Amino acid sequence: MSDSNNLIYPTDKGLYCQAADVYVDPWGKVERAIITHAHSDHARWGSQNYLCAEPGEKVLRYRLQNAPNVESMPYGKTIERNGVKISLHPAGHILGSAQARFEYKGEVWVVSGDYKLNPDPTCALFEPVKCDTFITESTFGLPIYKWPEHEELFEDINSWWYKNKSEGRNSLILCYALGKAQRILAGLDTSIGPVYTHGAVEVLTEIYRQSGLNLPATIKIQAGVKLEPGSIILAPPSVQNSPWQRKLQPVSVAFASGWMQVRGIRRRRSFDKGFILSDHCDWNSLLTAVKESEASQVLVTHGYADVFSRYLQTEMGIASSILSTHFAGESVMEQEEVLEEVSEVIEETE
Amino acid sequence: MMEEFARLFKAVDETTKTSQKVSALVQYFANCDARDAAWAVYFLTGRKIRQLVPSQKLRAALRVKTGIPQWLFDEAYEVVGDLAETIALLADNATNQNAQTPPSRSSLSLTCWVEDRLLGLKKLDELEQQSKLIEYWDELNITEKFIFTKLITGNFRVGASQQLVVKALSQLTGVSEDSITHRLAGEWSPTCDFYRALIHQDTKDSDKSRPYPFYLAYPLEVDYDQYSKQENFFDWSIEWKWDGIRSQLIARDGESFLWSRGGELISSGFPEIMEASKYLPDGTVLDGEILAWANGDAMPFQFLQKRITRKSVTKKMLAEIPGALMAYDLLEWQGVDIRSEPFSQRRKLLEKLIDTIKMENPNSVLMVSPIVPADSWQDLLSKREDSRKLKVEGLMLKRASSAYGVGRRKGDWWKWKIDPYLVDAVLIAAQPGHGRRASLYTDYTFGVWQNEDLIPVAKAYSGLDDSEIRKVDAFVRKNTLGRFGPVRTVKPELVFELAFEGIQASSRHKSGIAMRFPRIARWRMDKPASEADRLETLQNLANS
Ligand SMILES: [Zn+2]
Ligand SMILES: [Zn+2]
Repeated sequence: MSDSNNLIYPTDKGLYCQAADVYVDPWGKVERAIITHAHSDHARWGSQNYLCAEPGEKVLRYRLQNAPNVESMPYGKTIERNGVKISLHPAGHILGSAQARFEYKGEVWVVSGDYKLNPDPTCALFEPVKCDTFITESTFGLPIYKWPEHEELFEDINSWWYKNKSEGRNSLILCYALGKAQRILAGLDTSIGPVYTHGAVEVLTEIYRQSGLNLPATIKIQAGVKLEPGSIILAPPSVQNSPWQRKLQPVSVAFASGWMQVRGIRRRRSFDKGFILSDHCDWNSLLTAVKESEASQVLVTHGYADVFSRYLQTEMGIASSILSTHFAGESVMEQEEVLEEVSEVIEETE
Repeated sequence: MMEEFARLFKAVDETTKTSQKVSALVQYFANCDARDAAWAVYFLTGRKIRQLVPSQKLRAALRVKTGIPQWLFDEAYEVVGDLAETIALLADNATNQNAQTPPSRSSLSLTCWVEDRLLGLKKLDELEQQSKLIEYWDELNITEKFIFTKLITGNFRVGASQQLVVKALSQLTGVSEDSITHRLAGEWSPTCDFYRALIHQDTKDSDKSRPYPFYLAYPLEVDYDQYSKQENFFDWSIEWKWDGIRSQLIARDGESFLWSRGGELISSGFPEIMEASKYLPDGTVLDGEILAWANGDAMPFQFLQKRITRKSVTKKMLAEIPGALMAYDLLEWQGVDIRSEPFSQRRKLLEKLIDTIKMENPNSVLMVSPIVPADSWQDLLSKREDSRKLKVEGLMLKRASSAYGVGRRKGDWWKWKIDPYLVDAVLIAAQPGHGRRASLYTDYTFGVWQNEDLIPVAKAYSGLDDSEIRKVDAFVRKNTLGRFGPVRTVKPELVFELAFEGIQASSRHKSGIAMRFPRIARWRMDKPASEADRLETLQNLANS
C-alpha cells in the first residue's frame, strides 16, 4: 500500500498526503504535520509546523515542550492547500483528538488516528465521517474485546473505592496519564473521599482544566502532603511496585486498560483489580465505525491489523489492506512500554 | 446461586491478597445453602468432573451461536490462551448484539446448574447438546459463562487453594483447620450431608476410611556447613528420600484403605499391599512410599507409573513389577491419633509393628524405611553420594522430637535432594501457557542434536523469571517457523540448561528416552545452538 498514486500513503517519515504536502502524525521530521492527538506515538518533536484540533492545542503545546509553531482550528472547519480540502473531526479518543479528512478531486480519505465510540465526558463524541478510504487503528481488533457500559464501569470503580475505604485501604488506579486519568477522574464519586494524583497526572489534569474542562478537585502528592485514609490516587503505570507506590500503603492497586479483558494478562501483572477501560475501540465499535464511514476501502494500522483487515475482506466484503506505521499497540508488552515511556517523558518535563 | 458463586470466583481470582480471598470465601459460605456450598468446596479445592463435551463440539456450538469463522476463533484463542475463556468472551460479545435484553445474572442455584444442566448435557445427542449450550450461554453473564464453560471442560481452577477454603470454613464455623482438612481428604461426593459433616462441630469423625493430611517436608535451603555446626547430628533421624507414591495405609474396623497423597483411594491398584495390610491390627495408620520393589531393590519410578496408569492389575504385571510399602511413620496406633508424639517414639512403635508382622508373615511387602547409616554430618555428606545407586532422590532429615504436622511447616522435616542431572538443549517450539500466563508463550519444547537434526526430548514450563519469559515470548513471536494450532515452531537459536531427576529408555518417544521432571535451570545465553548436547549423551545416561 505504499502506492504513491494514493491520496495518502506511508513514507519513511509517516503518512503523507503528497497533493497537500502534509503529513499526519509523522514519526520523522517534516515541514508540515497534522497531529490527530497528543499521545507520544502520534505527536513527536522536530517538525516545523503543527496543526491540531482546537480543544487539544494546550495539551499538544505542553507535550511538544511549548514548540512555538503549533496552530489549531475548530472541528469541522475546512482549510485548503494546493486544492486539497482538509478538516478535522472529533475522534472521541482524548481531549482534542481528531480524525483528519482530506478531499481532493472528489475523493475523500479519512485518517482516524486513535478513536473510540464510547461516551467520554472529557472529549467530544466521535463523529462518523463518510469517505472513500478510511484509515483505522485496530489495537483491540479481536471479537474478544467488548467494553462495559460507562455507568456499569464507574459503578464498579466507585464501589471498589468505597469498599477499600471502608476496610481502611487507599485505592490506587494505574492509568495512562493523558486522557484516561482525566476520564476516570470525571467519573469518580467524590463524595467518597478526596482524589490525589501523581505529578504526571496532575500536570495534564491542570491543562485539561485550562482547556475549559470542569474536573473534580485533585491534590498532587508531594513532600508535605499527608494522605487522608481511604483516598483514591491516580498515577501512571510506571509507579507499580516503586518506592512511590509503597508510600501509599495500605493500598489496593487497580489497572485500567482494555488489556484487562483477558484474565491471563490481568493475573500475570498481579494487580488487585483490573478495570476494562480503554480509549480505543472494542471490536463492535470498530465494525460500526467502518460501516458508518461507508468507505469502499479500509486501511488498517496498529493493533491486530492482519486479523481485522482479513475480517473486513472475507466476512464483510470490504476492500482492505494493512498499512504499516510506527504507531504503537502491536502487543501488550509494547503497549506497556509506550505507557512507561510516556509517563517517564512527562515526569522529565515536570 | 450461580450469581453468588461467580461473584466469589471474581473476588478470589482478581486479588493476590490472601486475606481478601479468605474474607470473600467466608462471606460466600456464610450465605450459601449446604448443597451449593458442597459443590463450591468441591470445585474450589480443585476437584473436577470429567470433561462432558469434547472441545471440538464446544467450538462448533460457539460457531453456530456467533457465526465467527474458524480462523478468527483461532486468532482469539491464541491471544486468550484458554479455551473456556475464549468461548465466554466470544459468546458474550455476540449476545449483546442480537439479544434485545442483555443477559441478567443467573438466579438459579449452583447445584441446579451443575446437577441438572451441566451433568445433563451428557445424556443429550449432539444437536440437543448444541442448542442447550447456546441457551445456557445466553442466560449467563460473562463471568458465569466462563465458569460454566470451564466446568464443562473439566479443568476449572481458581486462585483459591484447598488451604484457603479450609481457613475460611474454619473461621466461619470455629471447627479447627486440622479437622476440616482431615474431612476433606480422600473421596467424597458433594452432597449437603457431606457439607454438614465437613463443618460439624463434633470432630470425632466416624468415617473410618479417612486418611490424615500428609505432612510435607521443605527443601533444605539452609547452608549445610552452618547447619551442621549449629545442629546436633543425633537430634535428627535421617532416611533416604524414596521415589515412589506417597501414601497412607489405613486399617480400621477390619477393613483397609490405601490412599495416595493426591487424595485418591488406590487400594485396588495394589493387591499385594492390601494383602499385607490384613496383618495390621485395627486402628493403625501407616505413612510411607509405595515402591516397585524387586529382589531387595527399588525399581525406577517409570515401572511404578505403569502400574498406576492401568485400570486393572494383571498377574503378569504383579509378577514383573511387584509393589511394596516403604513405611516411615505411624500416625494412628490402637485407634489413637499419635501424630503429636515425637517422631522417635512413633518410629519405635512402627519398627516393632513391622518386625512382628515379618515374624508372622515373612513375605510381607511392608517394610520400614531404614535409617541412613551415618554417624556425623560429615559422614552423611558422603553417604548422600549413594543416592543414585540406590535409586532414591536424596535424603530426608526429620527432627527426632518432631510431631507429625499439617501441610508444610518449616524446620522439622527437610528433604535434601541430590543435585539433578543437567543437559543443554535448544528451544524448538513453544505454546501459550495457561491461567496467569495465558497471553505469553511459556510452554516450551526442547531438542538435542542427532546428526544434523534436533530431536525433541523434553517439555518444560517453569524455571524462568518474568523478564526472561517476556524475552523468550518476544523471540518466539519474531522467529516463528510454523504454526500447528497454538504451537509455534521457532528458529533453533536459544539454548537452555535443563535439570532433570532421572532418565529412562522409552520406546514411546521419538528420542528413545524419557526424562523425569525436566525444568529450566538457566538460560545459556553464552552458548550457540550448535553447542547444545547430543542425543547419544542422554541415551548413554539412560542405559547406564
Ligand atoms: Zn492515542
Ligand atoms: Zn496510537
